[in-house]
Amino acid sequence: MSVAILRQGDYLIASIQSDLSDSEVIELRHELAELVGSYRARGIVIDVSALDVIDSFVARSLRAIVLTARLRGADTVIVGIQPDVAIAMVQFHLNLEPLRVALDLDAAIALLDRLTRRDAWDGG
Amino acid sequence: MEDEVRVSIDSDADLVAARSEGRAMAERLGFPRPDPTLIATAISEIARNIVVHVGRGEIVLRPYQEADRYGLVVIAKDDGPGIRDIEAALRDEYSGRGGLGLGLAGARRLMDDFDVVSDPDTGTTVTMKKWRYRDELARLREERRRRA
Amino acid sequence: MNEHRPATPTRPRHASDPEAKEEWMDQEPNRPAPDEERDQRTDDQPAERSDDASSLLQELVAYLRDHRTDLREEWARRISEAEFLGVMSDEEIFSEATEVYDNYVDALETGSIETLRTYARELSERIIPRGVETHEVLGIVLLLRDVLARSLFAKYQNDLELLNRILDAYEPAANRIAVTVGVSFVEERERVIHDQQEAMRELSTPVLQLRDRLLILPIIGMLDSSRARQLTEQLLAAIRDNRATVVVIDITGVATIDRTVANHLVQTVEASRLMGASTILTGLSSEIAQTLVDLGVDLGMMKTVGDLQGGLEEAERLAGYRGADARDSTGDVET
Repeated sequence: MSVAILRQGDYLIASIQSDLSDSEVIELRHELAELVGSYRARGIVIDVSALDVIDSFVARSLRAIVLTARLRGADTVIVGIQPDVAIAMVQFHLNLEPLRVALDLDAAIALLDRLTRRDAWDGG
Repeated sequence: MEDEVRVSIDSDADLVAARSEGRAMAERLGFPRPDPTLIATAISEIARNIVVHVGRGEIVLRPYQEADRYGLVVIAKDDGPGIRDIEAALRDEYSGRGGLGLGLAGARRLMDDFDVVSDPDTGTTVTMKKWRYRDELARLREERRRRA
Repeated sequence: MNEHRPATPTRPRHASDPEAKEEWMDQEPNRPAPDEERDQRTDDQPAERSDDASSLLQELVAYLRDHRTDLREEWARRISEAEFLGVMSDEEIFSEATEVYDNYVDALETGSIETLRTYARELSERIIPRGVETHEVLGIVLLLRDVLARSLFAKYQNDLELLNRILDAYEPAANRIAVTVGVSFVEERERVIHDQQEAMRELSTPVLQLRDRLLILPIIGMLDSSRARQLTEQLLAAIRDNRATVVVIDITGVATIDRTVANHLVQTVEASRLMGASTILTGLSSEIAQTLVDLGVDLGMMKTVGDLQGGLEEAERLAGYRGADARDSTGDVET
């Protein structure tokens, strides 16, 4: 399988292992939407460090995942965008709004902790 | 001497091959980072257009070498119904909230030369090119040679 | 960032441009007895220029060869007098002077400067590492020109009209030679300087880790597209390798930037953000600040702080090193 999805407490960690075909990306979307619901996950981390191309389709799909997850009560953090990929995305004018990003898994978990704690604090 | 590579595009799985061939050729030619990624991304966009809008087509990757520069030409060809309004397609069609997503404008920003020819009879051909001087010194030398 | 490769620069052409394909001699030299010819010419209308120039140059070349020793010595004397080529010994000067002289005369004779140009390039390769400067090279070539011109004055002083025609033939040729030698030297110098810059660039590691997760990239000097691209790669790699969450880009040492570089800077900041790092830009001079505004560059979400010190403090706060609410500290980067 090209994507390994693990569960860590309230979070789902989706680790993309290699370049994905479009159908695999769509499959990932469905899978995450399902799992967020069935595990009542509060957060998702998507690790894209194995992707050496992020084009408009992947960007759209990531955004779709984030919005869907939000609707089901989970925050999403994208981690591991590679330097060249970051440059390509910026030059391409690929806009990842309203995504949250972090450098790596630890940073992502820390961020999710803050976000979910904040939500709890705000009573939301 | 490097030969051209053809990738036929029939399904989205072929996009993976097109990306990876493009990257491989760019690296073989000696493009410095981040160019191989820029090229692979542009190829991905153009090739996807074929799959999404036409269903079938071909990507040709053609290297070229000159004394003072090297480059890679990507030709994406399909026999589809053509792009009705190329002008509009080349504007920023990808607008985030699910625009047409043709990605042509973005691909153009990643490459150095970009050309689109399209009509209902012959389909669409996108030709894009990225090139570099071999090195600054080569550029200077070539200028001197030309002046001699 | 589609930087435009600079178009091949074209030099403005001028009369003695080596690039122009001038033919000094269109016809075979036609040489009747010198005196007879001179008498004829004095009576006629000025003969066809190329004819006249051609045979006069031949006469000139013969003269320069006959007086090779004297003229060369005179030239070497003038070089020492002017204190040129101080880095070279007298023997060296004399030996190179001989080469240049012979090549000079050959160039006058054949009308072709190829050999001269090749020699000039090789000479430059030899003397540049020794520290010979541009003004010295131009100086000695002009001295040679002067030595030869004066000796022509001396020889033809009794026939000003002939002297005039000799000079008409000599001048363009001498000019072209001077330019060829000068340009070859300068080009070689530019090549050497460029090579040195490249070497320096490759060795430098401009991104510094200030604290854990905090990087600083001080940029000094001229910033062009190519260097900007290199710096971006290095910065992004450093962000990844150091797990940095805050980056300070300091441009105190940069005098001016143009639109391309400004856009490059913005894109670097955006790319850093995609990798999870915030960027603070410090050290903007008022000139650069105005340039950025005039260019309409969207600094948007980029934080800028006037001076480096202030920027560092802000960076430390962002990175969680200074007393800050845990909730405000780093990691929370939105695109």
